[in-house]
Amino acid sequence: MRFAFKTSYAQDLGLFRDRVQRNAYIALFLALLVLPRLVPEYLGDLSLVFIYGLCGVSLMVLAGYTGLVSLGHSAFLGIGAYAHVYFAQDLGVPWVVAVALAAAVTAAAGVLVGLPALRMTGVYLTIATLAFALIIQEVFTRWDRVTGGLKGKPVQKAVVFGLPLGHEVGFYFLCLAFLIAGLWLTSNLLRSPTGRAWVAIRDSEVAAQSMGVNLAVYKTMAFAYSAGLMGVAGALFAHKIGFLAPDIFSVLLSIQFLLMVAVGGLGSLHGAVYGAVFVAMLPVVISQARDAVPVWLGQVFAVFGREAGRAVFSLVDRFVKQPGLEPGIFGLILVLFILFEPLGVYGRWRKITLFFSTFPLYKHATFKRQKSYMRSERLR
Amino acid sequence: MTFFEAERLAINFGGIRALDGVSFRVDPGQVFTIIGPNGAGKTTIFNLVSRIYDPSDGRLTFCGEDITRVSPHEIPRRGIARTFQNIELFEHATVLQNVLLGRHAHRRSRFVEELLFLPRVRVLEIEHREAAEKVIDFLDLQRYRDSLIVNLPYGVRKVVEMARALCAEPKLLLLDEPSSGLSVEETEDMAFWIQDIRTLLGITVLMVEHDMSLVSAVSDRVLALNYGRPIALGTAREVQDHPDVIKAYLGG
Amino acid sequence: MDIILQLVLNGLAVGCIYGLVALGFVLIYKATELVNFAQGDLMMLGAFTCYMFIVWHGFGYWTAVALAVASVALFGALLDAAVLRRVLGQPQFAVVMLTIGLGAVFRSFASITWGSEIYTLPTPFSARATMVGGVSVSHEYVSIIVGTVLLCAVLYVFFTHTRIGVAMQAASQNQLAAYYMGIPVKLMFSLIWAISAGVAAIAGVLLAPVSLIDTNLGFIGLKAFAAAVLGGFGSIPGALVGGLTIGLIELYSGAYLPQGFKDVAAYVVLLLVLAVRPQGMFGAVGRKKV
Repeated sequence: MRFAFKTSYAQDLGLFRDRVQRNAYIALFLALLVLPRLVPEYLGDLSLVFIYGLCGVSLMVLAGYTGLVSLGHSAFLGIGAYAHVYFAQDLGVPWVVAVALAAAVTAAAGVLVGLPALRMTGVYLTIATLAFALIIQEVFTRWDRVTGGLKGKPVQKAVVFGLPLGHEVGFYFLCLAFLIAGLWLTSNLLRSPTGRAWVAIRDSEVAAQSMGVNLAVYKTMAFAYSAGLMGVAGALFAHKIGFLAPDIFSVLLSIQFLLMVAVGGLGSLHGAVYGAVFVAMLPVVISQARDAVPVWLGQVFAVFGREAGRAVFSLVDRFVKQPGLEPGIFGLILVLFILFEPLGVYGRWRKITLFFSTFPLYKHATFKRQKSYMRSERLR
Repeated sequence: MTFFEAERLAINFGGIRALDGVSFRVDPGQVFTIIGPNGAGKTTIFNLVSRIYDPSDGRLTFCGEDITRVSPHEIPRRGIARTFQNIELFEHATVLQNVLLGRHAHRRSRFVEELLFLPRVRVLEIEHREAAEKVIDFLDLQRYRDSLIVNLPYGVRKVVEMARALCAEPKLLLLDEPSSGLSVEETEDMAFWIQDIRTLLGITVLMVEHDMSLVSAVSDRVLALNYGRPIALGTAREVQDHPDVIKAYLGG
Repeated sequence: MDIILQLVLNGLAVGCIYGLVALGFVLIYKATELVNFAQGDLMMLGAFTCYMFIVWHGFGYWTAVALAVASVALFGALLDAAVLRRVLGQPQFAVVMLTIGLGAVFRSFASITWGSEIYTLPTPFSARATMVGGVSVSHEYVSIIVGTVLLCAVLYVFFTHTRIGVAMQAASQNQLAAYYMGIPVKLMFSLIWAISAGVAAIAGVLLAPVSLIDTNLGFIGLKAFAAAVLGGFGSIPGALVGGLTIGLIELYSGAYLPQGFKDVAAYVVLLLVLAVRPQGMFGAVGRKKV
């Protein structure tokens, strides 16, 4: 078992718990630096992991830390993407400035949503953000002078400070840099009074208020910050997909982001990143499984004769090639996580590490949740 | 200068007059207790003082300033902190984080500084931490410092809530039924702490309480309410023996 | 003049569908405080099941409707017993995510079972209309309105005049107290889910002839949110009135406002209601006690 002995208050303010953790992160960083050489064929997917990671961090701030569950983040991503492309291509603003402007525009949109959202609680807010996302999607369709409407808008490769980062390796590092910056800024906020105020609002608005937290200011701030991060992610996302069309930013994308924070583990930045890895890599895994699973099953059932094997193969093959299967798998995974591991991947990870670090003294009850009767949220 | 005064406080909920013409004064350094049967309007007074409710009528004065219309989040900045009857802690945060939030009224760092975690923020955070640690020492919470609230027993949660309020360095501390749900020993500890808060920290206490042993042990002045109206005001002894108070509790 | 009347009729018919889906939300919300984001998808399942019974298995329209409603209702009850009961009392977030996930699974199931083609449901009312005072009254629209009115009457009688209906109301108002009074709360919740799913299926069956059946039919559920919120989310008459209002607003904005407004009118209303009067037309303001 390993203890982190603390000798000063400053130690609690560090980004990492102790030296072991810091070294682990440095090792991870080094691994990410050499990764492009090891798995060049997955670079595109990895960049998407980083962009989704940024989205996850953004939604984690709002849903996981401030307790405001938003289904409108696809709209923020879209606003960021369109704004960035509009500034960079149509107005010819330098790339970095365009990203900053996109973040600012998206943050402003966040404030716009956040202000009426002050009067709403719980699921009403979720529904309102959902309505916002649907309206914005319609705006993307209709405002074709800026967005290109249904015809869509092609996106050029990124050129940062005259450095063309269009190729996959360059873009990989660009996304990685933005993700690390986003994580750093967010963890800075979370270890300062702002982050504490957000958590306070999540757990008890009335107590937060009577301790001096201005609910309006901090909720709007959470919305603005979260939207701003989403704007940056949107700018990168635009380059990643290379072509903007309104139906990319549908509610299904918002649902994927929520899936990310739920599967990763609500209320931790680790969770946001785990969730991003999960959501971005799952389609890759599914598409590989589509080819592999029928063959395996066919081989297994070939034990009962070649005919049986072939029949199972074609049956399974037909089933997995169904176009509607993938969202269903996403949905199923989400359902299973909510039912059996509400703390998400990160929660499971903590349980496993705790099991080994306290072996053989691990208590099953450590993470046991209190069985509760229906706790009314109607009167909040 | 008046330290704290409530004048003719009144509030209606729908058609019900929950408080009607309640006036009292709290002098600095006092422990002032409000008692009364259930539904007498004790907690309502607290909710009026912490500005969760708007009074229909009346005035609240604190340190010579009218606070009847001040926003709720401004109240702790003026020097009033409170606890809640049914415990309103941040359940998925640690004790330390809860207590540190008590320092929110003293936040001096700006958003951008925090975003970049400039050295100034670090210095301020360490100051907050030192203040929080003092309160943790004062209330003997050291061993719970890093536990999540959800994992703590009720009695400890009560103390944590008091710690959070103390961390705001208030001039006036509102305690809403500090002994409810506590065992006899814990209630005795609570009595000592309340006395220490007054004498050692010099904080004035306004308290709602049911447990008469605690009330008599610590209160300087007691106000009895029934159906939203004041029925007796005086020392604990005087109020306890007041015929109207006996009638209110025993019926008749 | 005629066009206005025509719009009223069509708006009322569309509004009835929104109202029925919203009614499903409200029933479940009142009982269990879950907001069922999969309600629209239950409706979609209802429409598909009915289509399957009519076209694939050759049942008559009324038999097929009865079978479809019964099977979706049974499915709703099983869903409650197997899945949703486990998340009672958990934070809203978990529930929202759970029902969103379920909705995705349903859509996927539908597209695998019935394919991703678009179907039309043949009914006795299809493509028939009567001229009344210069207005062409389509029988399909009339069937929607009549169906909704009948359904609401039945539900009203059920909830106010039968023992089991009153027990359900009790269970939704106070779980624990109802339990102590000997009401089988779990069974009641399953029943409410069954009713809600059944109502959704009826909405699907009624909608299918005027819309088309495909796996995205469930997205109408999003507009029904607007209806439910407008009505106050906890109020059964509110859901219906909200649905009718949204239906009318939608059709009128389609007729008189620039293109694009029809599709978002419901959401704009929703946002406005939430921003201005979050408790809706019929809801009461509640406040948490501290």
